[in-house]
Amino acid sequence: MELELAMNQLPYPILSTVIFVPLFGALLLLLFEREGTVKGIALGATLLNLLLSLPLLLRFDPRLVGFQFAELKDWFPSLGARYALGVDGISMPLIMLTALLSPLCVLCSWRAIEYRVKEFMFCILLMETAMIGVFSALDFVLFYIFWEAMLIPMYLLIAIWGGPRKDYASIKFFIYTLVGSVLLLVAIIALYLHNGTFSIPEALFKGYSFRFQYWVFLAFAIAFAIKVPMFPFHTWLPAAHVEAPTAGSVFLASVLLKMGTYGFMRFCLGITPRASVHFAPLMVVLSIVAIIYAGFVCLGQEDMKRLIAYSSVAHMGFVTLGIFSFTLWGFKGALFQMLNHGVTTGALFLCVGIIYERTHSRLIEDNSGLGKVMPLYVAFLGLFCFSSFAFPGTNNFVGEFFVLLGVFGVNKAAGLAAIPGAVLAAAYMLRLLKRITWREEGEQAPLADLNTREVIYLLPLAVAVIWVGLAPKGLSAVMEPTLQALIEALRVYL
Amino acid sequence: MGWYAPELFTFCSFLVYFLISLRKGTRRYVRFLAQVLSFLGLIIAGASILEEGEFFAGAYRVDLFSQVFKLLLALGLFLVFAMGRRSPEEVEEGYLPEFYMFLTLGTLGLMMLVSSVDLISLFIALELSSYSIYVIVPLRRGHGAVDLEAAAKYIFFGAIASGVMLYGMGYLYALTGSTNLHHVLEGLREVALEPMGVMALVLTLVGFFFKLSLFPLHFWAPDIYEGSSHLTTTYIATVPKVGAVALLLRLAFLAPQEAKAFVEVLVVLSALSMTLGNLVGLVQRDLKRLLAYSGIAHAGYVMLGVLALSGEGGASATYYMAVYLLMNLGLFLVVVILSRRGENVLIEDLKGLYRRAPLLAFTLAVSAFSLAGIPPTGGFIGKLLLFTAAFKAGHLVLVIVATVNTAISLFYYLNLVRYSYSREPEGTSEGVALSWGERVLCYLYIVLIIYTGLFPGPLMRIFEAASLAL
Repeated sequence: MELELAMNQLPYPILSTVIFVPLFGALLLLLFEREGTVKGIALGATLLNLLLSLPLLLRFDPRLVGFQFAELKDWFPSLGARYALGVDGISMPLIMLTALLSPLCVLCSWRAIEYRVKEFMFCILLMETAMIGVFSALDFVLFYIFWEAMLIPMYLLIAIWGGPRKDYASIKFFIYTLVGSVLLLVAIIALYLHNGTFSIPEALFKGYSFRFQYWVFLAFAIAFAIKVPMFPFHTWLPAAHVEAPTAGSVFLASVLLKMGTYGFMRFCLGITPRASVHFAPLMVVLSIVAIIYAGFVCLGQEDMKRLIAYSSVAHMGFVTLGIFSFTLWGFKGALFQMLNHGVTTGALFLCVGIIYERTHSRLIEDNSGLGKVMPLYVAFLGLFCFSSFAFPGTNNFVGEFFVLLGVFGVNKAAGLAAIPGAVLAAAYMLRLLKRITWREEGEQAPLADLNTREVIYLLPLAVAVIWVGLAPKGLSAVMEPTLQALIEALRVYL
Repeated sequence: MGWYAPELFTFCSFLVYFLISLRKGTRRYVRFLAQVLSFLGLIIAGASILEEGEFFAGAYRVDLFSQVFKLLLALGLFLVFAMGRRSPEEVEEGYLPEFYMFLTLGTLGLMMLVSSVDLISLFIALELSSYSIYVIVPLRRGHGAVDLEAAAKYIFFGAIASGVMLYGMGYLYALTGSTNLHHVLEGLREVALEPMGVMALVLTLVGFFFKLSLFPLHFWAPDIYEGSSHLTTTYIATVPKVGAVALLLRLAFLAPQEAKAFVEVLVVLSALSMTLGNLVGLVQRDLKRLLAYSGIAHAGYVMLGVLALSGEGGASATYYMAVYLLMNLGLFLVVVILSRRGENVLIEDLKGLYRRAPLLAFTLAVSAFSLAGIPPTGGFIGKLLLFTAAFKAGHLVLVIVATVNTAISLFYYLNLVRYSYSREPEGTSEGVALSWGERVLCYLYIVLIIYTGLFPGPLMRIFEAASLAL
């Protein structure tokens, strides 16, 4: 497969703009000392970037297959690494998700971060640059640099502004992900020696020998499985989520985890198709184990953040299940779930952050009985909880439905095995909602309901939940041709 | 300007310090003078980068390769001097002119070393740099026993390494009848496969292994690092290693391609060096000892570029040394600033550094991440270059060993970051005030380390041209 760059271009390098505006914002805020100014710059930079990224969505031509808005420059000729960017139907929605969540993360940290605000905003903006970079890089070296560059600000977010066990959580997060990254690097070097180039499009569907695919797949799969995280590599996730500040949790859940599944879709399927098919049964089993296991663990959680963290493991299980079903419905459902999980779980973490600011506790018990004192808050929480267990009419329903449709099409047993996971999700989310809304005995102390700032950052996500839930067609049209092309290319190997 | 401008200027500054050291009385201006002179030296080395020619009947060669390394050496010297002296206990006031004098002289020796293509000039240059450092090591105040022990060890080990090297050179001369490196290695072609040829070459390299602290000549490093003053350690840990790598590259490039046994020896030494350095590094508490073991490990990494015996490998090793200079200096800057009354810094002293001195903590983090080889720092690109060069030369196993080592080393580098970021400071740890000069240095290291990690193109082009000049 030759470098397939679709001829959809804008007169200016839009991807570079979207990647580097947050970085310039980060450098700009280093010049200022006043907290208010710093927050203002961070918010301004992320909002501006959201605005600048809109042409990606509006001018994206869904009929084209291949990478759009491509940019290609020589960067490091002696090694054959190039500055290559481009998006397709898989990466464009993920970039939009990142651009949408970044200003919300700045807003939710407005009061919650009490010290070293400048450094915090610096890390947030750096994260945005790296995350958008990962989704748009079309060169392995560039991809790897963005992938790893994200690790450092994320580590600092947990290590500096984290909870009481931040030391343990941050180091565990770092070491886990880094072990995965080393494997990723080995796979990248192996591909480079085979192809003589670091170009990602040129590495896709090249018909490597099965032995080669086998090992490259394993290296990729472990790296991505840690990031997703798939069972049994998930243990870093609850620790990191619980200790991270709210904005860190949101980024972690909504964007970082998607990098693992994005890696599966982009690299494992495209570069090692035969090995992917070979390992599919294993991946399907691990996904189902994750869905069921995490569901049961959620039932027993007393800490709101831990509960949502474990529910992430279950949701991401649906994503990997969809990917390794090798059907168009499965792929579509997986991509939908990636976006939906980003919106819903991000929103749930924001909700936990809001209540934590008021009661300084994340325990369900301490925060129960809010129905009377914070009705607006409970309304939002209720919506996101319903969305999280895939209530019809919300976004997650569409995604999970597509995934199950795909899975049932190829293997009834696997489909049936995943169904209890959906039931468990309803059980643990409703249990959470019930206990937060009502209280067994006594009254909840009076607390302030949501203020305007909090409504502003929850509202876009609530709109997204309902919009995608009721009218998924627009989003579906954006991703369909890319996924269709992917499944066509894979058909040979099935 | 003549071809000898960098050497001449360094020699003149040596004379200036010498004259100052003869005078009595207060000599506070000498530190400022040293910074100015070393900066001028850096500019002159930069200006004469395109000079070339052969001198002293072919014993002294000036080419792009040697000039690039001279520039790196001048840069290293300037950055060490720029660090300044944090506390009066660091180096005794009265000995300051001598301190600058011998460091300058040592750098002059290294500059001559990278241009030497004759066994005799090579030996003289190496000894010139070694003896200057022997004198510097005991100049630490208030640590009588420790620094004397360090100095004695360094002299003994150094002398033995020199002796062994001379022994090897004797063999080389006996085998080939010449002291000119080109002739020697030409003559070696016939005996390259014989044990005698390999042994002569390896023994000759011992002197450079010693400077680079490569296994099995690494054992001096931890004690000397621990025992000598911070500025001296900073110098020993960076500048001489650059010189040693230059000479190793020159020798390896001249080595006959069929010398498989020679390359195998280097492969084994490289693997052992990085494994030993990283494993022992894991348990170190003293920051300087930790850096010594990290240095041993990095000597192993850089050998990947040397033993690839290719232009690419040479350029990668040069790039790595340039980055190594920066990231090590960055970490030593933290050590020098944090040290109280010239005492050694323990890893516990880093606790809560980000609260006490955020800029310093960030410098430490960037340097440590670079040493561990994490993007987007120069250390990552350097390692990537070294690994691909060795991969292409067919050393698959060694690359795997190096990758595993990178993962191991991560633990102790990350530990530094962890202590300074996620551990709270104990008791009433007051903030660390930085002078504006130190701030500038911090920013300089951060920017340069990230720059080398993102835009390796221009530098690599120069280094590739330099390797071709060999």
